[in-house]
Amino acid sequence: MQALIRMTDINRFFGQFCAVRNLSLELFQGEILGLLGPNGAGKSTTMRILSGCLGANQGSVQLDGVDLFKAPLQAKRAIGYLPETPPLYHDLTVDEYLGFCAQLKAVKGSGINAALDRAKSLCGLAREGNRLIRNLSKGFQQRVGIAQAIIHTPRVIILDEPTSGLDPNQIIEIRELIRTLGKSHAVILSTHILPEVQSLCDRVLIMNHGRQVFTEYLAQMNERESDGVRIRLSRSPGEAAIAELTGVDSVTPLEENRFSLQLNAACSVEAVVKEIVQRDWGLQELVPDNHNLEQIFYQLTTAEDSNNQY
Amino acid sequence: MLAIFSKELRSLFLSPLAWSLMIALQLLLAWLFLVQLEQYLEIQPKLAGLENAPGVSALVVAPLLDSAGMIIMLLVPLLTMGMFSRESGSGTLDLLFSSPVSMTAIVMGKYFAVLTLLAIIIIMIALMPFSLLLGTRPDMGSLAAALFALALASAAYAALGIWISSMTKQPAVAAVSSYALLLLLWIINLTGSGESNSLLQQLSLSSHFRRMLGGLVTSADIAYFLLLILTGLVLCIHRIERLRIEG
Repeated sequence: MQALIRMTDINRFFGQFCAVRNLSLELFQGEILGLLGPNGAGKSTTMRILSGCLGANQGSVQLDGVDLFKAPLQAKRAIGYLPETPPLYHDLTVDEYLGFCAQLKAVKGSGINAALDRAKSLCGLAREGNRLIRNLSKGFQQRVGIAQAIIHTPRVIILDEPTSGLDPNQIIEIRELIRTLGKSHAVILSTHILPEVQSLCDRVLIMNHGRQVFTEYLAQMNERESDGVRIRLSRSPGEAAIAELTGVDSVTPLEENRFSLQLNAACSVEAVVKEIVQRDWGLQELVPDNHNLEQIFYQLTTAEDSNNQY
Repeated sequence: MLAIFSKELRSLFLSPLAWSLMIALQLLLAWLFLVQLEQYLEIQPKLAGLENAPGVSALVVAPLLDSAGMIIMLLVPLLTMGMFSRESGSGTLDLLFSSPVSMTAIVMGKYFAVLTLLAIIIIMIALMPFSLLLGTRPDMGSLAAALFALALASAAYAALGIWISSMTKQPAVAAVSSYALLLLLWIINLTGSGESNSLLQQLSLSSHFRRMLGGLVTSADIAYFLLLILTGLVLCIHRIERLRIEG
C-alpha cells in the first residue's frame, strides 16, 4: 500500500534555530498519528510544512504520491489542514465561509452544496449555517475550522490541537469525529492531552527540540507494558512487605498510600489482588497502570532538556 | 482565483469602509464639479469673444478628474491596506497557503476585486462630466483620455498598495507606507530644473497623469502605468511566496 504521507529527512531552520531536524515519517490510510511534545518542540512547524504553509530547508514531502515541493497545487488537493488558530473570516457566515473554502479547495460547482451539508452535519454545524462566524462561541469556531479542513474530503487530514478550547462534551464529539475520519483517511493530530492520544490514535510520535525521540504503535505499547497496576491501601504494610508478594517485580511508592506495582509477566493481576485482600491491607483502589505514555513522555522530554541545558 | 475574487469583493462591500469612502469621494467631487461649473459659467461670456478659447472639457472636466486622481490616491491605500496584512495577522493566510491555488491566483484575485470596486467608483465619477451632455458638447476624445488616465492611475495605486499590504501584519502600517510611496511618486518631480529633473519627471505619477488628462495619450505614459502595475504585482507575488516558504 502506498503511504499517504511520506516525509523524508525534513530540516527546517529559523535563522540559527533548528525547529525540525531530520524528521522522517510515513503514514498510511486508516491511521491516526498523535504528535506529542512540549511547547516549542516543532510540532506546529512540522504540520505547517506537511500542509504546504511553510517550506523546508532540506528533505522532501510526498502526499498521496505527489511531491509537495515540486507539484504543490496537485499535492495540496490531498490535504485538509486546521492550523492552531482556526483560519476564519469573521465577517462571513458559516455557509459563506465554507462555500468559499469549498471553491478554494477545487470542489466542483455542483458538488459544493452536498460538500457543505456533509461537512456541517459531521461537525455538528447543521443549524449554524446562517450565523456570522464572529458571533459563534470558541467551540463552534473550532468546529468550523475542522469543517473547513474536511470539506473537500481530503485523503490526509492535519489537525493542530483540534480539541483546544472545547468543553468536555464537545471534546468527546470531536474525538468521535476524528475516529470516524481516521477509518478512511490518514490523520495527524497534535495535542497536549496524553489520554486523548491513548483513546484516539493508532500511533504516537513524540518530538523534542525538533527531533523525533519516540515513535510506536499504541497497540504494541499496550501489549508490552500492560503488566502494571496502581493500588491504594488504607492499612499500608510498607513498601518492603508489598514487594514480597508473589509475582510482584518492583514497587514504586506514590503519594498517600498509593503504590505502583510492576508485575511479573507470568503472574495475573487477579492472583496478586487475591493475596492483598487475604492479608487484609484494606485495598481501596485498583487501577491498571496505563500511564506508560505519560512516563515515556516525561522521561524523554525532560532528560533531553537537562542534557541540553547543562 | 474566482473564489478569492468573489470573496474579496464581498468582504469589501460587507465592510462599511468601502461604502463610506465611496460616499465621501462622491460628495467631495460633486462639490468640486459644481464649483468648477459655476466658475465656467461666470467666465463663459468673456471666452466667447476669444479665438481658440478653452472649452468646457479643459476648464471643468480636466480639473475635476485631476482632483479625482488625487482623492482616489488617498482612498486606495485604505482599501488595500488589509488585503494581506489582515490575513497574515489573523492566520487566515494559512488557509490560502494550504489550498491548491497558486500565489499568483491569490494576488490577482485580490487585485481584481479592488479593481472592480475602483471601476465602479470611476463610472460614478464619469457620470458627472457626462451630465454635461445635457447642455453642451464636451470634447469626447479628451474626456475619454482623461477617464483612461484616471483608470490607469487607480490601477497603479492599487497594485502598489497591495504589494505594501503584503509586507506587514498591521493594516495601519500598510496604509501609512502606501501613502508615503504614492505621495512620493506624485511629488517626486517638484525639484528644480536640470538633468536630474527630466529623470524625476519620468518617474513622477503626476506628470504622466496630467499629460493624459490634457488629452494627449502617448504610449510612453501608458507604458509607465503598466510598468507600475506590473512591478507592484510581481513584487507582491514574490513577497507572498517568500512569506510562505520562510514563514
